[in-house]
Amino acid sequence: MILLTLFWEFFKTGLFSVGGGMATLPFLYRMSETQGWFNSAQLADMVAVSESTPGPIGVNMATYVGFTVAGIPGAVIATIGLVAPSIIVILLIARVLQKFRQNRYVDAAFYALRPCSVGLIAAAGLLVVKIALFFFDRYAETGAFADLLNGKAILLTVLLLVLTRCVKQVKKLHPIFLILGSAAIGALFRF
Amino acid sequence: MSEAVKPTLPGVFLAFAKVGAMTFGGGYAMIPILERELIDKRGWATNEELMDYYAVGQCTPGVIAVNTATFIGNKLLGTIGGIIATLGMVFPSLVIITVIAGILTNFADIPAVQSAFAGIRVCVCVLIFNSVVKLFKSAVIDKATFAIFLAVLVCSFFFKVSPVILVLCSAAAGIILTNLGVRGK
Repeated sequence: MILLTLFWEFFKTGLFSVGGGMATLPFLYRMSETQGWFNSAQLADMVAVSESTPGPIGVNMATYVGFTVAGIPGAVIATIGLVAPSIIVILLIARVLQKFRQNRYVDAAFYALRPCSVGLIAAAGLLVVKIALFFFDRYAETGAFADLLNGKAILLTVLLLVLTRCVKQVKKLHPIFLILGSAAIGALFRF
Repeated sequence: MSEAVKPTLPGVFLAFAKVGAMTFGGGYAMIPILERELIDKRGWATNEELMDYYAVGQCTPGVIAVNTATFIGNKLLGTIGGIIATLGMVFPSLVIITVIAGILTNFADIPAVQSAFAGIRVCVCVLIFNSVVKLFKSAVIDKATFAIFLAVLVCSFFFKVSPVILVLCSAAAGIILTNLGVRGK
């Protein structure tokens, strides 16, 4: 019975959360209130773990909540519940898109949707820049400009930029090696 | 670009499992990995398609990463391909989270983990920047598309306008601008 409830709760979350993994967060808060499966402190831990492990955040959170509530079957059911609406909706849209891709209005819409996509990705990137390279909290406290910049992180950014844009061998390298290398540097130099 | 790899169901599952396992952070952090695994290595999609799917994925229900996986899987091998790609994408999460939730309850509190992730975030900035440069070249082709790029960037980052609204407005702008004959100038 609890598995059915889990599936239904995450199906609803998948269906109504639009635009990225963090959009599932309000639904999880509601779930903690209505179902009492976990409290908000536990939820905060789940978010932290979901953000610091591989995989889409929304999916990680569903797996985590499902596991907490009902073990491994719970993890599987919650995750399937979350992705089921996506699969259904996207398969329907893909069918329509294939049919209408040659339509001049659809083509005109996508002409503008591409720069829109790039703008959204760039904005998401800036959000990461804000967290990764600056200390806005510390700056708000002291007001000193030197406290705003995260020196070590900026140094690493410059290094990575030079490596990925100018060195041919690095350009060809799979991004995962850069990610793992940065993780090692972060742990070693206590970022 | 290397020669296209013929997609099979196990191949699609493994490719997306790889993407799922290598994505740290939100759906946007997946873009550089998707480019690498699907476009450069396998020739299963183009930059343009990736941007189309990403835009549609933003304003349809569900996690963007999953929406994109379903789209590409469906394009490659039909309905079953869409389902298999999605299952591949979520498979690493299922395994990793279950292990962590079962063993390490305070995983995210370990100082070394926090430091490592501070390092990863820096790398994600650079990877996204590189992706944006690449995608920018194929998406921003005239003055109108540059204006849309800039408007979306500003509205999203500074004014926190919902992506759903931005995608819908951009689609409308595309139709209006094309009919006005601004396109390509």
